[in-house]
Amino acid sequence: MSRQTEGQQFASALGMGNASPEGPRGDSPVLPPPAGPLYEAKPKPGSARAAEGETLEVAVGPHHPSTHGVFRMDVVLDGERIISLKPRFGYLHRNHEKLCEGGTYLMAIPYTDRLDYFCSLTNNWAYVLAVEKLAGVEAPERAEYLRVITAELTRLLNHSCLVGFLLQDMGAMGTPLMYAFREREKLVDLFEELTGARMMCNYMRFGGCRTDASAGWLERTRRVVDDFPRFLDEFEDLLTSNEILLARTQGVGKLSAELAINAGVTGPMLRASGVAYDIRKAAPYGIYERFAFRVPVGEHGDVYDRYMIRMLEMRESVRILKQALKEIPEGPVLNPKARRRNFRPPVGEAYGRLEAPKGELGFYLISDGSPRPYRFRIRAPSFINLTILEDMCLGHTLQDAVIILGSVDIVMGEVDR
Amino acid sequence: MDQLFVNLKAWAVGLFPQPVQLWVSMAISAGAIVGVFSGMFAFATWMERKGLGRFQNRLGPNRVGPWGLFQPVADGLKMLIKEDIVPRAADRGAHFLAPLLVVTPTVLAYAVLPMGRGMSAVDMEAGLLFFLAVGGLKEFGFLLAGWSSRNKYALLGALRALAQMISYEAPLVLAVVPVVMVAGTLSLAQIVELQGFGESGALAHWMAFTPWGAVGFVLFMIAATAESNRSPFDMPEGESEIIAGPMVEYSGFKYALFYLGEYMGLFAVSGLGATLFLGGWQAPVRFLAWFPSWGWFFLKLLFCLGLFIWLRATLPRLRVDQLMGLAWKFLLPMTLINLVGAGLWRWTEGAPAWYWEAARWAIGLGLPILGWRALSAAVFRPRRRRRVYRFAE
Repeated sequence: MSRQTEGQQFASALGMGNASPEGPRGDSPVLPPPAGPLYEAKPKPGSARAAEGETLEVAVGPHHPSTHGVFRMDVVLDGERIISLKPRFGYLHRNHEKLCEGGTYLMAIPYTDRLDYFCSLTNNWAYVLAVEKLAGVEAPERAEYLRVITAELTRLLNHSCLVGFLLQDMGAMGTPLMYAFREREKLVDLFEELTGARMMCNYMRFGGCRTDASAGWLERTRRVVDDFPRFLDEFEDLLTSNEILLARTQGVGKLSAELAINAGVTGPMLRASGVAYDIRKAAPYGIYERFAFRVPVGEHGDVYDRYMIRMLEMRESVRILKQALKEIPEGPVLNPKARRRNFRPPVGEAYGRLEAPKGELGFYLISDGSPRPYRFRIRAPSFINLTILEDMCLGHTLQDAVIILGSVDIVMGEVDR
Repeated sequence: MDQLFVNLKAWAVGLFPQPVQLWVSMAISAGAIVGVFSGMFAFATWMERKGLGRFQNRLGPNRVGPWGLFQPVADGLKMLIKEDIVPRAADRGAHFLAPLLVVTPTVLAYAVLPMGRGMSAVDMEAGLLFFLAVGGLKEFGFLLAGWSSRNKYALLGALRALAQMISYEAPLVLAVVPVVMVAGTLSLAQIVELQGFGESGALAHWMAFTPWGAVGFVLFMIAATAESNRSPFDMPEGESEIIAGPMVEYSGFKYALFYLGEYMGLFAVSGLGATLFLGGWQAPVRFLAWFPSWGWFFLKLLFCLGLFIWLRATLPRLRVDQLMGLAWKFLLPMTLINLVGAGLWRWTEGAPAWYWEAARWAIGLGLPILGWRALSAAVFRPRRRRRVYRFAE
């Protein structure tokens, strides 16, 4: 297409025909020129007061203490009330999916650690689940138990830290956070002993787990799990009936069940809105059918419900852990028939999903028979849960927006991938 | 021992010729106040960090000096050698003036505090009034800081600070009115004198030992927490929402000055609380009266400071509108109720029999409790409560 002057562009945009006879005819499609600037114009707040210049546009982030990473909220404030909020992300984009398409199936496992760096073990599992589905590999019994144990420990870790961070956003000077981190320390010590790494565990393999757990490790895990309810009681004594916490969280950031379902929200956020949907129950994976546990469900869908659902979920996780630690059999942890190097799954596609602490974590893989995935797609729960932030925040104050964001439970590594 | 500093000052003043003695006396008092309380600011930051550390299961500062005691020195040095950045868009004059406007009034307030027997810099007849009036000047500093920085967060924080401090001035003043009413004087030194042991008796007559005094002390401390922007009322600072509020565009020593102002204000208001309700420099029981009076004063001040640190370590922050609601709908009526209680107490003084005395106590305690119950039912309805959750199998 020949270079057009601005006037010609304008004319063609208005449908006034070709201003120049040599110009493109109907056979070659001419894109209408952009009406405005090439970047997205800032939304004009529609209220009458906005016209008088009584609103304040604040960019909260990307460097802000309570945006949980490099995340920005473009907020329009009327006094302290929010009349518009646009979440902007992508600051931490690392080309995750394409990177994984470039390597072999095995090489993608360490990358999954870096998605949600609080829950590397569930990330591992979700990916491995997808690959196992794709190639039809089975994991031995003991490995399945170890997966359940590590995944539930991850849930304990994630939820307790999240509650700590939520209180930090509420201005609680780090005391709950430090309590949570004390427990987290015990859990990451267990991870370190089992996998060699505290956060980036890189533990699971298609057809099992990388290393076996020693009898001593299981014993120590048992002790940590037995002590955990004590910590939960202490935590709840400090927080659950705290008058200020109740005042700050009840009725704030309400999310209706309908909107939550329509937006694809999953995990504790969805359950807090009153939808009993937990993949461990709805589409059991691994060996979750064997364990007796319950799924707590809220009804108001506000920040308090999201907080409480997580507290109750931790108690259920402790229940699962106790059963799993009692029943874990002896045996190998890796399927000897499963190949890891030079691994070529048959042509096909598979979607593996599980209930990660933050919601439904899914990996969608397409194989073309080569050692590399043809398509590698991640369904990241924090990303999808974040998209309805504005609906929850409108009408609340800036202070509330911070804790609503905190209650969504995001990790930017997973949101931006 | 008790009069050590008084005598020391008298001796030093005596070295000078008569015409300049007044000026020398004033300079010594002012220097002592600034020196002692700046030193205490350093100590308080250490104490707060150490205390918060212990509350949070950590050790707190422990690298610099024994038990980390020199941490404030290191912090101060760091603050001094940091670059002083003034944003290009800022109003330079106002930006420079604001931290000074925060610090100066808080230092002025010490002039009337009796820190020991005969140890107030100026024994003013209307000392309490002076204290409260000067304390109100701090707001200008915060507004100026927020406005001159040309920063949206700073502006939000400044407006929050202004609204909060003005709102809490009312309950703060009304909480101290009963003391004035009962004591019949505005002079802080005389108020402390009245809280002594009297002719006989082992127990001191602290205002906090009466029902209205205890309630007044609690109300005063709540209002003082808000007045000095401490957690859980630290919205103006709000580091998780508006980062540091009015201070966001300050660095280096100007930033440290804000903190100096905050802590000086905290000591001043703790000192006032101790003076009005906890008997100032008076010992609680007679057999402890050998301890120097200034020692008692500083012990009580540290006690109040400890309360502030405890609160800060425990509670999350309120929301701005809830904070305002608390001030106008709860604290203000409560102070008025307390005022009535104090009036009844004063009116029935010198009760002839023990049952009259018991009735006095019952009324004095029952009135605020009833008021509290009624107000919480009226203001905080629907009452927020824990919820019951259902489980899906």
